[in-house]
Amino acid sequence: MTNLTDLALSECIQVLRSGEISSEELTGAYLARINSLDPILQSFLYVNEHHARQQAREADRQMAAWRQDPHQPLPPLMGVPIAVKDVLAVENMPATAGSRILEGYIPPYNATTVQRLLDAGVIILGKTNTDEFAMGSSTENSGYAVTHNPWNTAHVPGGSSGGSAAAVAARLAPLALGTDTGGSVRQPASYCGVTGLKPTYGRVSRYGLIAYGSSLDTVGMLARNARDAALIFTLMAGKDPLDATTLDLPVPEINLDSTPRLDGLRVGVPTEYFIGGLQPEVEYAVRQAIQVLASLGAQVQSVHLPHTEYAVPVYYLIATAEASANLARFDGIRYGPRLSADTMWDVYRKTRGAKFGSEVKRRIMLGTYALSAGYYDAYYGQAQKVRTLIKRDFENAFEQVDLIAAPVAPTTAFRIGEHTEDPLAMYLEDVFTITANLAGVPGLAVPVGFDQQGLPIGMQLMGPHFGEAVLFQAAHAYQLATDWHLKHPTTQGEMT
Amino acid sequence: MSLTIAEVEHIAELARLELTQVEKERYRQQLSAVLEYIAHLQELDTADIPPTSSVLPARTALRSDHARQGLTPEALLRNAPDAEDNQFRVPPVLE
Repeated sequence: MTNLTDLALSECIQVLRSGEISSEELTGAYLARINSLDPILQSFLYVNEHHARQQAREADRQMAAWRQDPHQPLPPLMGVPIAVKDVLAVENMPATAGSRILEGYIPPYNATTVQRLLDAGVIILGKTNTDEFAMGSSTENSGYAVTHNPWNTAHVPGGSSGGSAAAVAARLAPLALGTDTGGSVRQPASYCGVTGLKPTYGRVSRYGLIAYGSSLDTVGMLARNARDAALIFTLMAGKDPLDATTLDLPVPEINLDSTPRLDGLRVGVPTEYFIGGLQPEVEYAVRQAIQVLASLGAQVQSVHLPHTEYAVPVYYLIATAEASANLARFDGIRYGPRLSADTMWDVYRKTRGAKFGSEVKRRIMLGTYALSAGYYDAYYGQAQKVRTLIKRDFENAFEQVDLIAAPVAPTTAFRIGEHTEDPLAMYLEDVFTITANLAGVPGLAVPVGFDQQGLPIGMQLMGPHFGEAVLFQAAHAYQLATDWHLKHPTTQGEMT
Repeated sequence: MSLTIAEVEHIAELARLELTQVEKERYRQQLSAVLEYIAHLQELDTADIPPTSSVLPARTALRSDHARQGLTPEALLRNAPDAEDNQFRVPPVLE
């Protein structure tokens, strides 16, 4: 067999079940690769080395028993290792959200998404790096480490799920959970050349996710291909009594074996996403990918999303307003470090002032201002109204087409340090992804090529609410027809 | 839209953030630039547009009202920076 870490998740399931390889070997191969490459990439904040090996041996025992008596049900992901973004609670593992204000915090419970995947048999390799509280587009805002892009370590991996994207691209995990509030799964997926899903708002539970913007937050995943992402999606999705925003709708079975053609599928290309500032190589690669969809039978037409230009200001008012409320709980009383002072008031001010990073403080300040007396209507109120216009843009478009195809981001991965002094330039990296969060629709990023520097380019497929199945079918058909998703970087320091 | 240092200090007090002088000046400049960019939204006439607070249909989520096993006080206090007798310990709040 070739390198174990080259296997996609669905291939791992097969070889584990057949007994061709053990979970201990597979998990060990990933841990060895993490130990060898992550000192350069810094994609993990915590590696669960000891327990992962123990759990792998236990999974091997269960699979051996199952092979003796295959009539017994075997959980679908038994013995498969994955990584988890460090904003999701995993019992007895540190959860920092990339922030010094949660240093040392060990949650006493599992996020629902984590629990569902553990019930399905996964082994958790560790927790991946993130911009602090998922606020950022480069993973440079982490309070602990800067993650490097495995395609070129002088560049960012994107963010905020940059640790998960880098880990999957560098084959330090076959799949990793991520979260997407304004593009935080799709943009790093694009920058790192992997497949990433932001599900419909209300489709996947956020219980156990450290909240950022509650009307926008979603839990998704970064994967080697659409098939693997679809499998994990169906296992995580669905009603959760612990998250009142999850809807009680059946989770569709996503059958990807019989969809090599896309005949009759109506694909919309939004004019507003092909504008000045779009890197020419990104436009070329995305238009080529849309041609591939057409060659598979899709009918391609232009659509309009006329309020796109207002999405960034709407997002930065709504997300920061929600963040200023959500992050009020980090006050040095119940968890995390506390700076001592004589009064409660000073405990709050000193702890929060010292332990939040600069981008988090900037967003809390902006959100507090937008909600403050005298400014609420002009800022937050107006943003909520323009959000309605953006949502209607998508409703109108989806009366004409089944899905929308567009670039994920205007550029490929920028250099580390390039945007750190200019928050506004960083915010504009999210211009094509935040619309899906404001409208609540699903988005799937798929790799569609490389620029002249060898950095990956991503295309984003967006669908109507609860339209994940059609996104996966189109992406799967595309990936059967192309091999961009099979390319992988040779990471600096790697033994070839 | 240009913020003053006094406005930055007021926002920081509302948000319970202690800032250094350097931070106050940096946030004054950066937040002023962001607010100027955001002002772009005012050009849209939204008089007849309802606000969106959630993309989901408005509804009340109900569940049956029965007791279930929660986390123990020990589990909840394990992460506390200071605790005593099953309670979080804090500085005095009353004179």
